Amino acid sequence: MADFLLEILSEEIPASMQRGALERLGDLLEQRLADEDLKASSRCAHVSPRRMVVHLGGLPECQPSFETERKGPRVGAPTPAVSGFARSAGVGTDDLVRRTTAKGEFWFAVTRKGGQATATVLARIVPEAMTALAWPKSMRWADGEARWVRPVVSILALFAGDVVPFRFAGCESGAATRGHRFLHPAPFEVRSYADYCARLRDACVIPDHDERRRLIEERARTVADGLGLVADAPARLVDELAGLVEWPVVMAGTFDDGYMEVPDDLLTTEMVHHQRYIPLRTTSGNLAPGFLFVANMEGRDGGGSIRAGNERVLAARLADGRHFWERDLRVSLESRISSLSTVVFHARLGTLEERAHRLKALAGWLAPAIPGCDPDHAGRAAWLAKADLVSDTVGEFPELQGIMGGHLARAAGENADIALAISEHYRPAGPSDRCPSAPVSVAVAMAERLDTLAGFFGIGEKPSGSRDPLALRRAALGIVRLVLENGLRLDLLKALKAAGNGYGRDVSGEVLDFVADRLRVHLRERRLGHHLIDAAFAGTRDGDLVRLVRRIEALDSFLESPDGGDLLEAYRRAANILRIEEAKDGRTFTGDISRNLLQEEAERAVAGALETADAAMTDTLAGEDFAGAMEALASLRSPLGAFFDSVTVNASDPSLRQNRLNLLGHIRAAMDRVADFSRIGG
Amino acid sequence: MGTTGRGLPFQNLILELQNYWAGEGCVILQPYDMEMGAGTFHWATTLKSLGPQPWKAAYVQPSRRPADGRFGDNPNRLQQHYQFQVLMKPSPADFQDLYLGSLEAIGIDFLDHDIRFVEDDWESPTLGAWGLGWEVWCDGMEITQFTYFQQVGGFDCRPVPGELTYGLERLAMYLQGVDHFRDIDWNGEGVTYGDIHLRSEREQSRYNFEMADVAMLHRHFDDAESSCMHLVEAGLVIPAYDQCIHASHAFNMLEARGVISVTERAAFIGRVRDLARACAAAWLGHPEPS
Repeated sequence: MADFLLEILSEEIPASMQRGALERLGDLLEQRLADEDLKASSRCAHVSPRRMVVHLGGLPECQPSFETERKGPRVGAPTPAVSGFARSAGVGTDDLVRRTTAKGEFWFAVTRKGGQATATVLARIVPEAMTALAWPKSMRWADGEARWVRPVVSILALFAGDVVPFRFAGCESGAATRGHRFLHPAPFEVRSYADYCARLRDACVIPDHDERRRLIEERARTVADGLGLVADAPARLVDELAGLVEWPVVMAGTFDDGYMEVPDDLLTTEMVHHQRYIPLRTTSGNLAPGFLFVANMEGRDGGGSIRAGNERVLAARLADGRHFWERDLRVSLESRISSLSTVVFHARLGTLEERAHRLKALAGWLAPAIPGCDPDHAGRAAWLAKADLVSDTVGEFPELQGIMGGHLARAAGENADIALAISEHYRPAGPSDRCPSAPVSVAVAMAERLDTLAGFFGIGEKPSGSRDPLALRRAALGIVRLVLENGLRLDLLKALKAAGNGYGRDVSGEVLDFVADRLRVHLRERRLGHHLIDAAFAGTRDGDLVRLVRRIEALDSFLESPDGGDLLEAYRRAANILRIEEAKDGRTFTGDISRNLLQEEAERAVAGALETADAAMTDTLAGEDFAGAMEALASLRSPLGAFFDSVTVNASDPSLRQNRLNLLGHIRAAMDRVADFSRIGG
Repeated sequence: MGTTGRGLPFQNLILELQNYWAGEGCVILQPYDMEMGAGTFHWATTLKSLGPQPWKAAYVQPSRRPADGRFGDNPNRLQQHYQFQVLMKPSPADFQDLYLGSLEAIGIDFLDHDIRFVEDDWESPTLGAWGLGWEVWCDGMEITQFTYFQQVGGFDCRPVPGELTYGLERLAMYLQGVDHFRDIDWNGEGVTYGDIHLRSEREQSRYNFEMADVAMLHRHFDDAESSCMHLVEAGLVIPAYDQCIHASHAFNMLEARGVISVTERAAFIGRVRDLARACAAAWLGHPEPS
């Protein structure tokens, strides 16, 4: 047994690609080894901005070898046949052997496969695996044809301590690597994985992503503690930082107190998104005028220059941000509305000013359906919601849309609920984003999405396949979440009609179907089958999603019960008979049941049970007690069972037949009041 | 800067970079005499990136970004700034090290500073060009764009050139420790960047945003477009490419005037790209005399 160490040193690999590529490289190597009947007992892999490292332990020194035999012509066959066989088996005629079988004596070709030294196999498959490795984006460089994410600098490949010789992208593999780009630039040779790890650490490189990540987190905590502050490090930022350095050094910097007048969101956006700095907060959660940053070394002067440089860069950025913010404060949000007339929402859907008018009307219309929502506040917030799109700050930091509007509204003395609604009206931005719950916020967020869907569907701009450039699916999901998470009782069909009024077009039905589609996706996460949703929605086309979901839930638990399963069976039987007979007669059976034609005990029982159930369902459905309605339906199960056991529906007497079919028609109609059971699959 | 005292005056920064890259075998060119958005537009970068001949050049290029003007008020924004451009084809194996050498030459000691290569892929939709590379950070500030060109004018670059673009104002501000472009020491003898350029920033910003004649710009664009295609047909690649640069600048001016809608914008970009493509095709189809 021996181990294999591969290190590919390259120019800096984008942080976001490092771990995925490492995983794929390791898989490719193991896969190709498996194809060669070689298997490692362990795999360790590391990645840093400049290197990918794979260590495979416990590999055999060589491939297993085995013989294969192929039977050829009978001994004594014509010479061309024998030599042809030898050629096809890849052996010389002299190498053929004679074997006696039950059927006589035959020529056999015996070939030996495998048995190659693992080092030889590696020299062949490693460059193949490197060529096969897929990068999200790759490149050529200089005058070569090889592709890698960035130019390859050197390759270290050792098996059992010896170099595995191969070439890739003009690089000859060897035993040498280099340390930190600036602190240990000179190449050095290593003998083993343990040697490699130790020497690399001495050369100021921590090759493992997770270790660097841990170090950054620990050191950030320590440095922040020392300042009596808390590091507010988003996980994604720490991951990215770990992909930007080989030797993480966490340092603290400060910025001028004066910038604290600028909204926090602007400061943290500058720090986190633009500079990859970690904001610092006081123990009570307020932003502090300081930040942490991760350098790739300490600096010979103890880090003074590095710190000073980073502080100046941030100061320049914050000065820029404050400049925009102060300019924005001079112009009221209200007066920006007229500038919205110069910004096109969509070429065929008018300007943002027109949109502001529509949103205002729509939010006002929605307000009565949202408990605790002041219609004037909803209208005002919707009116101002898009005004920040023409502010300097959002022009510079588009990711702050809405958020800056909220700050500007607050600064202008608008009500707190109005400012909050403006700031969160783009939320939820996705399936995992927080959903607004303040009443005015809900009104504006709903209006925003209803207007978007009504507008784009009205001009035929609908998502197709995986293409959804206008993010309409996200808008529809937003509606689903806003309604369900806030328990909003409103008829979406009416709301979509109201939204359509703003454009003079009504596409409410089509959009409602689209929203129901998103509901299906949303509920799938709760493991509610889509046939249940189809059944509940198709039966009712209910635009009240809260009620629809209750119905679906009741249906789900009903069908899980034994009564439900049996009743579904009976329903199918009834529906089948009806389908066939209705087709035969070219009519539907929905007529009244005539009592005096109910001859059999079993059919009288069904009619009686149906009457009771129908009445009970009217009461329960009125109270949206879907479980109660299902229970009422369940009472039909045993009379129906007896009916099918003992009554012939297609009686020879036509009036009896018609009456019985009408009875089944009523059963179907009663059940359809709860859901369209025909859509429920077996 | 910090421990090393006041950095190089602006003109010395240029001189040092020129000397350094001349020492690495680059021909030192003078700025091209046309209005362009970036040093990349110079034919010494675009056209010379195409085709098999080796090429090494470095030059300063005044770059006009009409929409970036701020009347001289913003410390970091100018409607015209200076870029220092290096192009080496094929990209040398030690291009990163050569680049780091240039930083040393202008006084950045990287044992005191945190130099980082951070992913930043470059794309110019108007030139039909793209490449992979980084923005180079010095203590958190972007000082250079570093790119391995993959395509120009829609054609693969073979061999691949390496391109460097230094933003000279930022670099000078960093080296000199000043916070506003106006205060950049130009010559070490008391002349500042502001003395030389502030009036121009004010007047040009006003022109770009308020005065430029929109109808005339549209006309210029159309004229440049048709004449570019005409010249391509005549096999006059460099004059044709001049017209492509013209069209691109007219488009930038129209954008600064705020008269181009989102949908129109894409169409304009496509039209300039068509010109760049036509020039690139003609350049490759009419090889230089060797």
